[in-house]
Amino acid sequence: MCLGIPAEVKEVRPDGIAVVDFGDGVLREVDAGAIEDLKPGDLVIVHAGVIIEKLKPEEAERIVKTLEDFINELEKRAEEFEDLLKLIEEEEGEAAGA
Amino acid sequence: MASTRGAELLKLLEDRLRRDEYARLLVRKIHELAPKVVEKVGQEPIKIMDFCGTHEYTVTHFGIRSLMPPEVEIVAGPGCPVCITPAYYVDVMIKLALDGIRVYTYGDAYKLPGSARRGEGIRSLEEARAAGGDVVVVYSILDAIKMARRDGKPSVFFAVGFETTAPATASPVVSGMLPPNLKILNVHRLTPPIMRYTFETHKQNPIRGVIAPGHVSTIVGAKAWRFVVEEYGIPTVVAGFEPIDILIAIYTILRQLLEGKPRLVNEYRRVVTWEGNKRAQRVIKECCEEVDAAWRGIGFVPKSGLAFRDKYRSVDAMHEYGIKELTPEEWRYDLPPGCRCAEVTLGIAKPTDCPLFMKVCTPGTPYGPCMVSSEGACAVWARFGGGGLAEEIAKSLGIV
Repeated sequence: MCLGIPAEVKEVRPDGIAVVDFGDGVLREVDAGAIEDLKPGDLVIVHAGVIIEKLKPEEAERIVKTLEDFINELEKRAEEFEDLLKLIEEEEGEAAGA
Repeated sequence: MASTRGAELLKLLEDRLRRDEYARLLVRKIHELAPKVVEKVGQEPIKIMDFCGTHEYTVTHFGIRSLMPPEVEIVAGPGCPVCITPAYYVDVMIKLALDGIRVYTYGDAYKLPGSARRGEGIRSLEEARAAGGDVVVVYSILDAIKMARRDGKPSVFFAVGFETTAPATASPVVSGMLPPNLKILNVHRLTPPIMRYTFETHKQNPIRGVIAPGHVSTIVGAKAWRFVVEEYGIPTVVAGFEPIDILIAIYTILRQLLEGKPRLVNEYRRVVTWEGNKRAQRVIKECCEEVDAAWRGIGFVPKSGLAFRDKYRSVDAMHEYGIKELTPEEWRYDLPPGCRCAEVTLGIAKPTDCPLFMKVCTPGTPYGPCMVSSEGACAVWARFGGGGLAEEIAKSLGIV
């Protein structure tokens, strides 16, 4: 039941409630008590009516771009496939340092 | 402007992470690698566990098993919190509902059977409602809070779920949002302890890779799975929930196995951070403490559950209604006769190995708990043909 649905924040209220749009234009109230520094325009993951995390647009764009770059050059880069995965593995460095 | 960009990005993500060309490419690479990995590791098939029920949904719904070479087996893990909620607490909720207390539940737990046998008493909250009990299904605890404020009725919320769902319970408790007539039955469970337990049960025929739960990791952080690599030497990838996310995870695991260097990788960086959601962690910690807790069909697992701290005792339904806490001495095996849900939960048996699967146990009339939640392994296989149907279709289309 750990389904998380992406949504966009439309309004942040002082009482810890935020109003989000799941992409269908219908606005819904969710609990924003478990997330810091929320502002309208943020993309978030909502689970059971609670914002559990923000979606980072730059990381989302990165994975999209990595996949696109790769497929565009598929023919000549087929042997370099590992590079794609290495990019994704960069976190490892952070992990070791944490 | 921001809103257009946000919506576009979400659409783009979904499109790219389901794209056929990427899937074909990754599948080809997985097929190339698999025999080499088998040779290196000396085990066939290579068992990769998807821990999370939502991952199992992606794997089955998109037919990913049918795309795997014979050397790779994807095994469903204990990632369905509804499936492992002990029958005892379902019985408690049923009794409350029949005693005139209004009971709120997530839809996932509405049909969850308690300990009564079929035809011998009331088995679920659904049946309690049919018998006149006051049961209300809600999407979120916020709905329960609003209704309880309005009607002032004595009410209890059935708080099931893993770390992902725990903030939903803890946040309104800590912020004082709960009206005095609404109490909570807290049966939240924690995933790292059961992951450990699962590895132990697979010792003879070990799990060689773990697709770690993406949304649990938003809360606990990717770092929570470090022990899988450090103590068990198992390659681990925190993955997103689109099919390409899963294929990248499987490929990454196989590559690490071939290199003989297990690592922890966060593929779901667009949502999950290394440290996790610290505010959510603080809220949970403020509200709850870790306790030894029972898992359905499995028994007590050390430090695997959450219970309200004494200062929040006033919201605890167990305290309010004088309900006895379940103890290891009193815990009894709580699956119905013949049901293999515990083995399915631990990835030892497949849903289709159970003689009851799709015979007496179906999504319409579930017999065991794994057939109840929309993300229980049995319910997912029942709906999307996890027992070989996808493989047959893939073969007839010439995909594999």
